[in-house]
Amino acid sequence: MKEEVVIGLEVHIQFMTKAKIFCQCSTDYLGKGPNTNVCPICLGLPGSLPVLNKKVLEYALRTALALNCEINQVSRFHRKNYFYPDLPKAYQISQYDWPLGFRGHLEISIPPSGVRRRIGITRVHIEEDAGKLIHEGDIASSTYSLVDYNRSGIPLAEIVTEPELRSPEEARIFLMQLRSIVQHLEVCDGNMEEGSLRCDANISIRDSQTGVLGTKTEIKNMNSFRAVKKALEFEVERQKKLLAKGIKIVQETRHWDESKNITVSMRGKEEAQDYRYFPEPDLLPLKISPEMIEKIRRTLPELPESRKERFIKVYNLPEDDAEVLISNKALGDYFEKASAFYADKKILINWVRGELLYNLKEKKIEVEQSPISPEKLVGLLKLIDEGVISGKIAKTVFEKMFESGKEAREIVQEDKITQITDQNELIKIVDRVIEENPQSVEDFNQGKEKALHYLVGQVMRYTQGRAKPDFVSQAIKERIKN
Amino acid sequence: MTKKIITKKEVEYVARLAKLEFNEEEKGEFTSQLNTILDYFSKLNELDTEKVEPTAYVVSQDNLLNEDEIKPSLSPEEVFSNTPYIQKGYFKVPKIM
Repeated sequence: MKEEVVIGLEVHIQFMTKAKIFCQCSTDYLGKGPNTNVCPICLGLPGSLPVLNKKVLEYALRTALALNCEINQVSRFHRKNYFYPDLPKAYQISQYDWPLGFRGHLEISIPPSGVRRRIGITRVHIEEDAGKLIHEGDIASSTYSLVDYNRSGIPLAEIVTEPELRSPEEARIFLMQLRSIVQHLEVCDGNMEEGSLRCDANISIRDSQTGVLGTKTEIKNMNSFRAVKKALEFEVERQKKLLAKGIKIVQETRHWDESKNITVSMRGKEEAQDYRYFPEPDLLPLKISPEMIEKIRRTLPELPESRKERFIKVYNLPEDDAEVLISNKALGDYFEKASAFYADKKILINWVRGELLYNLKEKKIEVEQSPISPEKLVGLLKLIDEGVISGKIAKTVFEKMFESGKEAREIVQEDKITQITDQNELIKIVDRVIEENPQSVEDFNQGKEKALHYLVGQVMRYTQGRAKPDFVSQAIKERIKN
Repeated sequence: MTKKIITKKEVEYVARLAKLEFNEEEKGEFTSQLNTILDYFSKLNELDTEKVEPTAYVVSQDNLLNEDEIKPSLSPEEVFSNTPYIQKGYFKVPKIM
């Protein structure tokens, strides 16, 4: 059987509004105690009435339009009924048959070839987030759960794709590009680890000869882009193995276990979920006028694709560099800010993609929180250009800047790590290295270029990198000749 | 004599969804009561509603929206005034797996 992978994603994004979706409690609960941002509405107390936050509607429209959706001019809210302690009303206010946006698409480009694939967007709808359950100690042995409702009523958009993704890698790329879009729209910060962007996936195997679609499973609990790819890869293999043995795949929800790198059945659902959706009588249908849609469409910010084009054109960047910059809005912003003070974009991009991204990743810091601001990075690059420090030393200075947040100039002065410009001092060191390495000198005399590199390296070692390599190289050649 | 619109099986299903438990006698009682109610409502089917929009709302008004502005939340005393089950600022509930 010739198999084809079929994946559809269901993505939830948290909107960055100040207030919650149906009440005016603050959405900013990070670092605050549990149940501090709650009121009768988001606690689901009897008699409380929800009112939609205007910004949520605006953000959802932005998202739907950026994903090329059609907009329902009358859109309704529904109650999705189920019992769970994190859902205080025992229903979630969501949308059902009248979502805000539908029939959209997102065109993704698959690196490195840049092949373009159009992925259908089934729907974009508005809903509320639930609270959070906390388990103390060992989950298996504890007899109770603790509930924090600070997250209850945080505005969400649910974005559902058509089952048109053909591989786990394609799913990851789609998700990355979707994140970049919502970041550029400034509606969501797209932080998967913190849960402001969450993703579930439906996955099945299709017989590409007969076109017969296999039974699908739903995968949950993938908390990073890497996890999405790994979980789906695992699931593809699991399903293929079962099919090869002629075992039927069970339609079920499976949980990605990050520590064991496997998906695990969540069982327990002997019957299909029945959410008994019905129209939410506490909220009137939303009427969205063509004027409102046009107004939002006109004010959509620059999206990643056109930003990439601009980076290539204006900064003369290779496509590959531009791609990296737009993959995270904050990184693109960082580059643009630094660009304003620094002309050589090639050097700049190398430092951004190299040292900056490496250190951020290593220390798990977001670009926005970088201890080295764009201005400070430019300050460092200018020291290299002025010949105050070598490129190699600059990397050490960079690390120190990253640690301390200080300016490059400050570190260079404190640590006295300017380049040695006193030629006599350098010649002394060169002579010493020549004396200590007669074998290398002989090798060099016999035409071995490598020996020269070695000698230069020795001088750099003695000077702790504070010498200009090309000057040293020249000096060694001259001293050996004499 | 009311028509059988729903059966005992459906009453059991809805009860399960609502996490309610009934004995056999109650199930029979609810089945017949619900059938009476549904039968009463089926009178509406005698009318031609082909061209009438389904109504879930009794008021008609333009979009009523809140500004994206923060108002004070409840105090901890107010938040927990209806429950004795509190632990370290959390609501304490039986474990659900």
